[in-house]
Amino acid sequence: MYNKKECVAMLLAGGQGSRLYALTKKVAKPAVPYGGKYRIIDFPLSNCVNSGIDTVGVLTQYQPLVLNDYIGNGQAWNLDRIHGGVHILPPYQTASGAQWYEGTANAIYQNLSFIERYDPEYVVILSGDHIYKMDYSDMLSFHKEKGAECTIAVIDVPIHEASRFGIMFAHEDGSVYDFVEKPKEPKSTLASMGIYIFSYKTLKKYLIENEQDETATKDFGKNIIPALLENGEKVFAYRFSGYWKDVGTIDSLWDANMELLAANVDLDLYDTSWRIYSNNDTAAPHIIGKNAKIQSSMVTNGCYIDGEVESSVISGGVTIEEGALVQYSVLFPGTVVKKGAVVEYAIVGENSVIGENAHVGAAPETIEDKDAWGVAVVGQDITVSDGAKVAPKQIISESI
Amino acid sequence: MSYNMTNVLGILFANAHEESVPELSAKRTMASIPFGGRFRLVDFLLSGMSNSGMSKVGIITRSNYQSLLDHIGSARPWDLARTDGGLMLFAPYGRDGEAGLFRGKLEALYSCIGYIKKTGCEYAVLSDCDLVINPDFSHLVETHISSGADITAVCHTDDYTVEQTAKSSCFKVGENGRIETVSINRAMAGRRTMDLNIYVMKVSLLVSIVEDLVSLGKFSLSRDVMQGKVSELDIRAYEFSGFFRRICDLESYYDANMALLNHDNLAMLVKSQRPVYTKDRADAPAKYGFDCVVKNSLIANGCVIEGVVENSILFRGVKVGKGSVIKNAILMQDTVVGKNTSVANVITDKNVTIGDGLTISSAESCPLYIAKGRTL
Repeated sequence: MYNKKECVAMLLAGGQGSRLYALTKKVAKPAVPYGGKYRIIDFPLSNCVNSGIDTVGVLTQYQPLVLNDYIGNGQAWNLDRIHGGVHILPPYQTASGAQWYEGTANAIYQNLSFIERYDPEYVVILSGDHIYKMDYSDMLSFHKEKGAECTIAVIDVPIHEASRFGIMFAHEDGSVYDFVEKPKEPKSTLASMGIYIFSYKTLKKYLIENEQDETATKDFGKNIIPALLENGEKVFAYRFSGYWKDVGTIDSLWDANMELLAANVDLDLYDTSWRIYSNNDTAAPHIIGKNAKIQSSMVTNGCYIDGEVESSVISGGVTIEEGALVQYSVLFPGTVVKKGAVVEYAIVGENSVIGENAHVGAAPETIEDKDAWGVAVVGQDITVSDGAKVAPKQIISESI
Repeated sequence: MSYNMTNVLGILFANAHEESVPELSAKRTMASIPFGGRFRLVDFLLSGMSNSGMSKVGIITRSNYQSLLDHIGSARPWDLARTDGGLMLFAPYGRDGEAGLFRGKLEALYSCIGYIKKTGCEYAVLSDCDLVINPDFSHLVETHISSGADITAVCHTDDYTVEQTAKSSCFKVGENGRIETVSINRAMAGRRTMDLNIYVMKVSLLVSIVEDLVSLGKFSLSRDVMQGKVSELDIRAYEFSGFFRRICDLESYYDANMALLNHDNLAMLVKSQRPVYTKDRADAPAKYGFDCVVKNSLIANGCVIEGVVENSILFRGVKVGKGSVIKNAILMQDTVVGKNTSVANVITDKNVTIGDGLTISSAESCPLYIAKGRTL
C-alpha cells in the first residue's frame, strides 16, 4: 500500500518539438539544453519539488533515451523517494494490444492506474516545453479556495501574439466562460500556459468519457476543457505574472537564452530560495585561458575557453580555441569551436565541431537582405569542416 | 588478468598531516580542505577508489570532522551509497574513561579492526588525504598481486627541496623494485623517491600487523611498519608518474591550485573517463558582466564576475564587483568582493566578504590567508 498523496503531477514529455528541427532529431524537446547547464524539463521538475509535490509521472514517447538517462532515479531533483518520486511512464502493451499516446488526454488516460496508486485529491498536468519558475502550491490553494473542478494557469500576452496560444475568456472572479484554441482574431489576451490542476474525480470522469467518444482527438485543449465548459463545470483561470517562455521554436529558444544575459534578468537562476536543479554536473570548473576575452556571457563547468566570447551562453564541456570568436550564440554541451572559426547568432547542437576558420551565422547588420537573416542552427553530433560556411537561418542536420 | 576490485577495501586517514596547514585545517580535516574551485581534497582519493571499482571505503577521522560529515553525506555523489558496504566513517568514541583518541595510524586501524575484518575484503588500499591525484587503483592492486610483494607503496621520484623532504618519508629502492631503507622526515634536498603514503597489502597481513604492534604499544605506520619491517617484509615501490600534488604547507596548497591553470594538468587530474566527484549544490553557470576582463583563471559555477580576474581560482558562488581587480588569488566558496577593490596574492577561505575600495595584497611567494567568514 502506497502512501496517499494529496497532489500528483503528470508531466507531458513525449513531444517531438518539430519546430526545433535539427535540435530535436535525437532528443525529445524537454531534454533540449537551456541556459548552459539545464535541460528544459529541469524547470517543471524543480518547480514540483520546490512546491512540495514529490510524486511526478513523466510521460515519454518520442526519442526517450536521453530523457530517461537524464532523469535517472530523480536524485538530482530530490525526487528519489520511498513513496512517490519521479516515474518515467512510456506507452505500454496490454492484453488488448499496444497503443501509442494519441494525444495529451489519452496519455494521461492510459496512466490512470499510476495516479490511482496514490489516491490523490488533485492532479497537476504540466508540459516540458516552458521556462519559468512557479509555485504550484499557490495555484492549488487558489483551486481549493474557488472550489474549482479545473484551474488553468494563464498569462497576459501581447494581442499580436495571442493567436499562437489557447485563449481564455474569464469573469473578474477568474471563472472561465469560454476558451478558443489558437484563435485567428483573438479577443482576449489571457493565454493558457498548459498548466492545469484538476480535482481528480472530475479529471477521471472526463478522460473516460473522452475515450469513449470516437471522434475526439483526445487532447486537453481541444476536448477536455471545452467539455468541462459545456457542462458548466467550475473552471477557473489562475493569473501568473512572472517570467514564462515557450521555447518551442529556434527563435524563442535563442531569445530565452539571450534574455539570461541581460543586466536585470527576469529569470533569476542565482536565487537560492528557488533553485533550479539539474543532473550530470561532475566536470571541473572551467578554464579561461591566457588569450581569452569574455564578456556578457554565461559559462558552465568543464569548458576550456581561449578565444573570444561575447553575449553567449556556453554549456558544459565546450572548447573554444585561441583565435575563435563566439558571439550572440548558444553552444550546447561538448561543442568544439576551432581556431579562427566564427560562430555568431547561432545555436550549435551537442558535441558538434566547428572546424578551423569555418563561419556559422552572421550578424544582422552585415546582411543586406534583412528577410534572409535569422539564427543559424547546427544540429547534434555534426562536423562543420574547416573553412565551411553556414548561412543565417540555415539549419544543418548533416555534417558539411 | 583483471582483479575484482569489489574485494579491495579502501581506508582513508582524514586528518593525517593537517598540522602542516594549520590555517586551512583550523576548522576542518585535511580531507575536507577545499581545492580546485569546487572540490575538497577527499574527493580525489574517494573518486579514484570509486572509479576503480572499489565499493567499500572507510574514512578514519580524529577531530574537527563536522565539515567532513556534511560533505560526505550519504556518499552518493561518489557512488558509494551501497546496500552492501559503501562508505563508512569512523570517528573516535570514548568509553569508560578512555578518550578514544588514537596516537597513530596503527591505533586508528585497531579502533575499527572489527569493521576491517568483517568487510570480507582480500586486499586493502590505505591512503592519506593530502594528495591531489587521480590514480588507477586497479592497476596498483594488479601490480601488487603480480609482484608477490607483501606491501606495495606508491612513490614518486623527483628533485625535492629541503622543505618537502622534511615532512615525508623517502625510500631507497633496489633494482627489483624492493624498498631497502626508509628515511623519515630527513631534510635533504636532491633526487629522492618520496613516499606518497598510499599502500596496498592483504587484509590478513594488515590485521596481523596492527594487532601485533598495538599489543606492543606501537602506533606508527611509517615508523613501526614501513621503516621497522623493511627488511622483514617484501615492500615494493610503485612509481606514480601522472599529475599529482602533495599539500604540505600553505605555499604548496597555493601552488597546487595554480597548477590547474595549466589545461594539461587539469585534464590529467580530471579525466573524462575518471571524473572527480563532489557534493553538488545546484549553482547556475558562471556569469560574466559587460566590462569584465578575465584571463588565465579557473572559474566555478555560480560565480558572478563584473571586474578583472587574472591568474586566479574562483570557487562556487564567488562575486567580484565592478572595478575590482583580482590577481594571483584563490577565493573560496561564496567569497564576495565589492566594488573598486584590489586583491592580490591572497587566499580567502569560505564566506569571506571584502568591502568596496580596499587594497589587500601580499608578496608574491607568500600568499595572505583570510580566515573563514571574515568581513574586511
